[in-house]
This record gives sequence, structure tokens and C-alpha cells, in this order.
Amino acid sequence: MTTSLKSLNQLPVKLTSGHRLCAGCGEPILAKQILMGTQRPLVVSLSTGCFEVSTTVYPYTSWNVPLIHTAFGNGAATCAGVEAAYQSLKRQGKIKEEMNFVNFAGDGATYDIGLQALSGAMERGHQMLYVCLNNEAYMNTGIQRSSATNMGADTTTSPAGSVSSGKQGYSKDLTAIMVAHNIPYVAQVSPHNWRDTVEKAKKGFDCGGAAFINAITPCPRGWRTDPSMTVDMAKLAVETCVWPLYEVVDGKYALTAESLKIADGKAEKKPVTDWINAQGRYRHLKEERWAPVVEKMQANIDSRWEKLIRLTEH
Amino acid sequence: MAKKKLEDIAINGDGAVAYAWKQIDPDVCAAYPITPQTIIVEDFSKFVANGEVKTEYVCVESEHSALTLCAASCSAGARTFTATASQGLAYMWEMLPITSSMRVPLVMAVANRAVSGPININNDHGDAMAARDTGWIQMFADNVQSAYDNAIMAPKIAEHPDVQLPIITNLDGFILTHAVERMTPVDTEDVKKFVGEFEPICPLLDYKHPTSHGMLDGPDFYYAHKHQQVEAMDKALEVAEQVFKDFKKLTGREYHLVDEYRCEDAEYVAIILGSSYGTMQETVDQMRDAGIKVGAAMPHIYRPWPEKEIARLIKGKKAVAVFDKHVSLGAYGPLYPEVVAAAIDLEEVPKMYNFMYGIGGADTSVSTLKGAMESVVKGSADKINYVGMKL
Repeated sequence: MTTSLKSLNQLPVKLTSGHRLCAGCGEPILAKQILMGTQRPLVVSLSTGCFEVSTTVYPYTSWNVPLIHTAFGNGAATCAGVEAAYQSLKRQGKIKEEMNFVNFAGDGATYDIGLQALSGAMERGHQMLYVCLNNEAYMNTGIQRSSATNMGADTTTSPAGSVSSGKQGYSKDLTAIMVAHNIPYVAQVSPHNWRDTVEKAKKGFDCGGAAFINAITPCPRGWRTDPSMTVDMAKLAVETCVWPLYEVVDGKYALTAESLKIADGKAEKKPVTDWINAQGRYRHLKEERWAPVVEKMQANIDSRWEKLIRLTEH
Repeated sequence: MAKKKLEDIAINGDGAVAYAWKQIDPDVCAAYPITPQTIIVEDFSKFVANGEVKTEYVCVESEHSALTLCAASCSAGARTFTATASQGLAYMWEMLPITSSMRVPLVMAVANRAVSGPININNDHGDAMAARDTGWIQMFADNVQSAYDNAIMAPKIAEHPDVQLPIITNLDGFILTHAVERMTPVDTEDVKKFVGEFEPICPLLDYKHPTSHGMLDGPDFYYAHKHQQVEAMDKALEVAEQVFKDFKKLTGREYHLVDEYRCEDAEYVAIILGSSYGTMQETVDQMRDAGIKVGAAMPHIYRPWPEKEIARLIKGKKAVAVFDKHVSLGAYGPLYPEVVAAAIDLEEVPKMYNFMYGIGGADTSVSTLKGAMESVVKGSADKINYVGMKL
């Protein structure tokens, strides 16, 4: 199957409309793209978070595929449990078909409370895809900082104030931590580039082992952006190299899509000020006194980008 | 009766549980080693390594993931077992009520051990009692034989269509887990036939009939779902009684919701859980020899609480001594108020005493229990007592 809009449009709908996510939420956009990455029977697992509470409000469900949620910090173990049952029953001949397993979790459930369970599941090599819907804070509980929150962001637990520029310190490079698990497939995606996301999801589902995809997922409420700007924000994250698109297949790095173009000099690497000026969560950084913070942010983005270029041997 | 009567073997409690699981041969087992449960996971790992079971065995990175993985695996349609103890059970705690609310009929052995702190690896019932209100059925064993028998009976109770609840089979850490006793095993074919095939309800892997598990409830649905669990717990008592009867037919070994020893004509009854039930039986014999009419009883099923059987047991007795291997700090031992609650509908409520004993593994000898029971007979005991404390 080619990754064309025409063909993707023919696929069965796994996550239906009518869910209770906010207008402009990036999560269902990204999740639908991931779900298009497999045509095998699929079981979906969710860590507690916006995506879970908004799609499984009893007695209704938004899911046309089997779905399980247990708790916040254990999405990887939940998904691994379903996969373990599958491996056992398949070996016994009680299931014939090839199946796929995917867990969706926010950055709180992935970078922070769920890191241990995620690390365990990846190390054990369960045949599953773990997708982090990274909106860079605990949005479900009301925009509290996570270790995925970038420097300078105003959140309810890292508020900008008279003596604070918002979140201190840089975001954790979780994707690199996942690469260090020596799993067959790791990638970063953005919902603005549906083709790149669907193709990476396919690779994740097909890799025969544990796969991890980290997705920048704009949140209009937390980022203080207009709901109509979600896809533009995702694109801007890539264009500023705040969120490079790349994949690591069996340890080999490769840039993809817009990020490859930037590395090749075929597209402009936009400054972090474009990113900051577009979002209300960074509004305070326009004050002259926080100029050094903006400089540090740019320097961090640059050094991470250069490191990635080196890793891709570009 | 069983087709084949097997020779007795010498085995410790952990080994007996692992042996029962090997005979049942579950689809999935995920566990994390913790003293004194360790031998169960080590023994079972060997069965897997030698191809003696078909089980998918997952060495998880924590107990939280162990129970999560088991709950998900069982929801997916696989018969699933796990085991833990003390801190492990505490670390699992978040998943305990989630597992029961999802109506996952998985089986977990708990090698009872004191909960930190201070850190202490010896036996008491603090771990099981902290899991009391989480919607799990709990069975207790008084010796290696009953730990083995419980492991075989547990899936029958948990998986019954009217029950569909997870079950803990408790066995006292070290006293049972590590002590070698004589035990009569059941023939593997008979075990398999007794336990039967696992018939999951709405399993996730039945992808042609997709269902959503573990959903969000508003207040009214939450309340209603909790009440469904209450009803399932009530059913579990009936089902357990039937399973005990069936097990007796197979093995000749007899269990009841509340196991009794010389209670019928007793004037004084001791209620106690776990391995000390055996010590109490010896105490009863010695006191009976001295002409004192004493009896002992152990709730074989602790959750759901067999209130009617307890009320029937203590009716007409002069005094009841409730022994707790744990204390709800600032209140009573956990068993005591429940026995008192079972007694309040009786026309004449016996005198009720509470004895804490064996906390943190403090040695519980016949003389300790005898001293306690003699103070009950004399009427010199306080309402709440701490016995066997050396310092």
C-alpha cells in the first residue's frame, strides 16, 4: 500500500469522532495517523491522560478496536501484558493471525512516572509500539510542568513570576534514552507531516520487536495558542529544530522530511524566537530581562541539532 | 476421588505453590523476586527453562509492572499467575483495586512478610491486611499442604462466571515458604481436570468483538460498579464452599469457609490466621488435657468475610480471643472488629478479646498462645493485648 491520502482514506476508522478532546487537540490527529500504520488486528492500550479520559467515558467508547487502560505510570506494562498473552496463545495455536499492539501515553506518563515501566518493556523487547503524545506538560491535570517541558515555559507548577522565567532547565532527551535501549526502531514525528508519521508508524509496527515513537503534539490550552493553529505549531516545532524529525533503525540514525531539508540547506532553520512569539506560554520571554533565557534556549536547540547531525553522519 | 494416589513428598511452601502452578500450567506468569517469595519464581523459571510448562514467563522490572502485566494479560484472555510479598505487594497497591474493578480473575500467591519500616523480612500479616479493602478474594493457609491445595482451588473460585475476581493465596513467609513439610500432591491430570480450561469473558484478543476495558466512570456508574463487586464477593463465598466440596471429593481433604478445631463443645474459642492455627491446635490439645474446653478456628477465606460462619461459630461461647498478626496502629488488630461485628446480632455476645502476636516475625510458641488463652479463661486479659513481645 502506498502512503497516499486516497489509500489512507479507505482504511477502517479505529478511533471514531465524538470523543471529548478539546477543539484543536493534536492527540487524535496524531493517533489516527499512527493507527493507519497497520492493517493487522490491533489492541490499543492507553496510559491515564487526556487521550484516555476523553475517549473512554463509560458507557461510551470511541474505540472500534480492543482497548485497555489500567493506570498512569504503567502503559508500557499494560501493553506488554496483552502482548505476552498473545505470544502465549499464538504459540499454543489458539491464535493464528499476526497482531499488533500499541500504547499511547502523554509525556507525563512517559518521560516521568512511566519511565521505569517503559524502560522495562523496551529492554525485554515486547513486540509493541509505544507512542508518546508529547504536549510538553501535564495537560490533563491542568498544565503542570513535566520533564518534557522546555526551558522558559509558563506552567501552573513552573509559573513565570517576578523572579522566575518559567520552567528552569532543559527538557529531557527521552528519544535518546530509548535509542540507548538498542531496540529496532525509534523515531520522532509531528502530526503536520502525515506521510512521515504514517510511514514511521508502519516501520514501528513491522519491526518485529519493541518500537518507540515520540510525537510533538500541540495543546492549544497549555501552549496558549489558537485551536486553529495546532498543525502550524507542530510544523513550526520542526522548522525551528525544536523537534527534529528523524528515525533510528537498528541503531542507525537518519533525518527525515523537513529536518532532512534543513540539514541539506534546502530549507531555512527558523530562530527560536519564531517559536516563542507564536505561543502564550512563552509570552513573558519577550521582556528584555529574560533575553539571556532566550539565548540559552537557542544555544540548547543548536547544540542538540548539531549533535543529531553528527549522529546521522550528515 | 482421584484416579491416582501419589506418594507423599517433602517440600517447602514456595516449592509447593510453584509445583501446583506447574501442574495447572498457566498461559502467562509475570513476577518480580522478593524474599520470601523468591523460591516460587525461581522454581517456576526452571520449569519454563526446561520446557515443562507452556507459560510465557515475563521477568518484569518491578512489582507494579508485574501486576499490571498480569492484569492486562488476563484481560487479553490468558490464564495468569503471579506472586509477591510485603514491599512488593505495597508497590503493587495502586493496581490491586484496578485489577479487581476490571474483574480480572488472576491468581497471586503472597508470602506474608512484615511491611517496612523498619525494614524486616520476617512473617506477619501487615501486607495482606493492607490489601484487605482492594476487592481481592483472600485465602489463608495453615501449612504447606493447604498452601498447595489453595493454589489449586484458587483459579476455580476466581474464574467462576459469577465471581470473576482476582484472588490472593496467602502463606506465611519463612514459616511456610521455607519450611519443608510432608505433603500429598494431586496427580497432574486430576489437577488439570479440576481446574479446567480458562474461559475468559470479553477478552481483548477477541479482536472481532472489540471491547474497551478500564474505562472512566462518573459517580453513579462508579457506585454501581462497586456494588457489582460487592455482589460478586457475596457469590465468591457460595462458590468457595462448592469448590471446597469438590476438592474434598477429589482428595479427601476438607476445608471450610472457617476451619474449626475442637470448637463444637468449646467454651472459649481462639480465632487465628495462617500457620499459627497449627500452633493454636497444639495449645488447644494441651489445655483440653488440663480439662479446659478450648477450641480454635481459622477463616480459610478472609475476604469475602465469612460473617455468618463466624457468628455461628462463636454463638453460646463464654469468650472469644481474636489473634492478629498485624495492628491497625491507633485502633485494633484488623480481625478483631470484624469478629465483634459478626457477634453483635447474637442474643448473648461473648466476651471479646484482641491479642496482637508475631508482629515482625516475633516468635509465637505454644506457651505464648497458652498464656494468652489462660488469661481469657481467667478473665484477666485486657480488651487489647500484646503477647510475645520480648523487649
